[in-house]
Amino acid sequence: MTFKFTKLALLSATILGTASAAMAQDTTLTIESWRNDDLTIWQEKLIPAFEAANPGIKVTFAPSAPTEYNAVLNSKLEAGSAGDLITCRPFDASLSLFQKGQLAAIQDLENMKNFGDVAKAAWSTDDGSATFCVPMASVIHGFIYNAEIFEELGITPPKTNDEFFAMLDKIKEEGTYIPMAMGAKDQWEAATMGYTNIGPNHWKGEEGRLALIKGEEKLTDEQWVEPFRQLAKWAPYLGDGYEAQAYPDSQNLFTLGRAAIFPAGSWEISIFNDQADFKMGAFAPPVQNAVDECYISDHTDIGIGMNANGKNQEAARTFLNWVGSAEFATLYANSLPGFFSLSNETVEMEDPLAKEFVSWRASCKSTIRPAHQILSRGTPNLWNEMWNVSANVLRGTQTPEEGAETLQSGLASWYEPQQ
Amino acid sequence: MAVEQTTRPPIRWHIAVFLAPAVLIYTAIMILPLFSTLQLSLFSDVGNRQVFVGFDNFRTLFGDPRWAEQFWNALKNNVWFFIVHMLVQNPIGILLAAILSSPLLRMRAVYRTAIFIPTILSFVIAGFAWKLILSPLWGVAPNLLDLVGLKSLFQPWLGKEAYALTTLALISVWQFVGIPMMLIYAALLSIPDELLEAAECDGITGMAQFWKIKLPLILPAIGIISILTFVGNFNAFDLIYSTQGALAGPDFSTDILGTLMYRTFFGFQLQLGDPNLGAAIATAMFVIILIGVSIYLFGIQRRLRRYQF
Repeated sequence: MTFKFTKLALLSATILGTASAAMAQDTTLTIESWRNDDLTIWQEKLIPAFEAANPGIKVTFAPSAPTEYNAVLNSKLEAGSAGDLITCRPFDASLSLFQKGQLAAIQDLENMKNFGDVAKAAWSTDDGSATFCVPMASVIHGFIYNAEIFEELGITPPKTNDEFFAMLDKIKEEGTYIPMAMGAKDQWEAATMGYTNIGPNHWKGEEGRLALIKGEEKLTDEQWVEPFRQLAKWAPYLGDGYEAQAYPDSQNLFTLGRAAIFPAGSWEISIFNDQADFKMGAFAPPVQNAVDECYISDHTDIGIGMNANGKNQEAARTFLNWVGSAEFATLYANSLPGFFSLSNETVEMEDPLAKEFVSWRASCKSTIRPAHQILSRGTPNLWNEMWNVSANVLRGTQTPEEGAETLQSGLASWYEPQQ
Repeated sequence: MAVEQTTRPPIRWHIAVFLAPAVLIYTAIMILPLFSTLQLSLFSDVGNRQVFVGFDNFRTLFGDPRWAEQFWNALKNNVWFFIVHMLVQNPIGILLAAILSSPLLRMRAVYRTAIFIPTILSFVIAGFAWKLILSPLWGVAPNLLDLVGLKSLFQPWLGKEAYALTTLALISVWQFVGIPMMLIYAALLSIPDELLEAAECDGITGMAQFWKIKLPLILPAIGIISILTFVGNFNAFDLIYSTQGALAGPDFSTDILGTLMYRTFFGFQLQLGDPNLGAAIATAMFVIILIGVSIYLFGIQRRLRRYQF
């Protein structure tokens, strides 16, 4: 009897022991993201900083491939297996998640005061009453160049379109280097780093973008066609077989020092810093005349919100509030040079290339990519069409005018203000 | 009364019991999903609620000029994808099988294995390897052509609308030629030697023997291969997705039903997924495959003459 009792006591002790251990266990938050390039930075810098300040909460960063992220995330949310924290694509993709009740409203978080309306616009309802993601970063478009090649050939970064093409001619004539590294195969390069990179100077940034949304301008208007004409002129300066050149090919061409210029988004900075062993510089998209006002694409690209049906709501809010803090902004901007904080707090950056990019904010006017807000709500999807048309124009299978016509008729088929 | 009872056949429960596992599993993983896809295609999302809309999704798919254009483009590409397989993969498969079954060939197992290996590779690996081989920048294809003085023939094939789909179809042929080869090879081996010896006694040897004796005997196997190719091609997706992406560039020239369905169902970039319209496309795919298989079953397979040995 005593023996039996001892055994029972031992057994219950074991059970209770495990139970209390489980209770003391930390809350684990999982972050869904498409930024698989940033895995090490999250694991080594951002998460440890948060965990040190908030004992009891553990964070796991679980990224999926960028092109699959939206599909994967939507399926996970439907199935109820998504993580507690959701990295937010800007505008409608996240807005629809919020409307379906899958993202929680977080405008009452204390640190949301650190963000201006423009920064929050990408993750707020159309009337601005609810915000569902903390803005993390924007990316700026421009051109990154190999400073050593420029020095060797005696070239200075161009200011105007004429100078830009004169420079490309010079590199091409010299013959050692491919003037520009860009391919048409992945399509988005042509749209993102081509059309929406050089375009804002023509359609005057926000002015043109908002006019398009209001239906006052058309995509077939001169200011929207001209960037396509410029893009079409790039073709002879790209590498052989650029039609089948993919994005990683372009990156490699540049970092191996075989190409002089890379039409870029600032997110390349951290990748190039790792891979290129030469000095790099950057110049803003060229303007028509040197006296013209310049515009840059400063695109609100990434935010983070919380799963409305997540299990660890309190911990998730703590994390999001931390993301809104100045500490996170500085940490993030410096760990990932090229992702510029949207916070109103001043963020000191160290990377010279990132500083160059962000300095354009002072001299030029910022805008976001034109297809992202409202205009990609219908079918056909304007942004997808822009990918396809930009690649077609770059490959010379559609003229700039035909391309613009395709975009306009697609948009007008469902968007009332354009009808 | 007692007599009647003995004459009533007992219910043979064991039949139901033995069939149950297969029927249950097949129902759960094949039949139910199929019908729920069909059902999904009859609904639509209105204000975050699924509402029955009858055939509206199909009306959009075939009636809206943009959707119809995409659908017919994908179908046309899919047909071409299939034709390339039928014209290249299956004849080569038969040829390889005929060579393999020749008694004069040595090291048969080595060839058989080497030709079959790509079949077990993942699409992603095959797609990636070929993307590298054909890359105009780092690929071996331009260099190899240069070695034989044919560099001028090199094109960035995967980036040209005129060539991309054919190139991908040939990559898929390279990967799967092992399957018709193995099936035909097995069919050839099952032809009894007496038959061939009898043919030889009648003076039918060499090529004539293949055309007159062996080919008629392996026709049923060729029929099965054709139908497998048909079903496989019209369900294809992975290779195009892994090499060309969901937008199936350049300019949708490699878009097939599978990629169109994926893009519609799950969405892509800023385009949000529309599961209902996606299900409508999946249903259309199902109907196309069903029609194809039915034509084969009722039109061709019944007319094939079978021989008993």
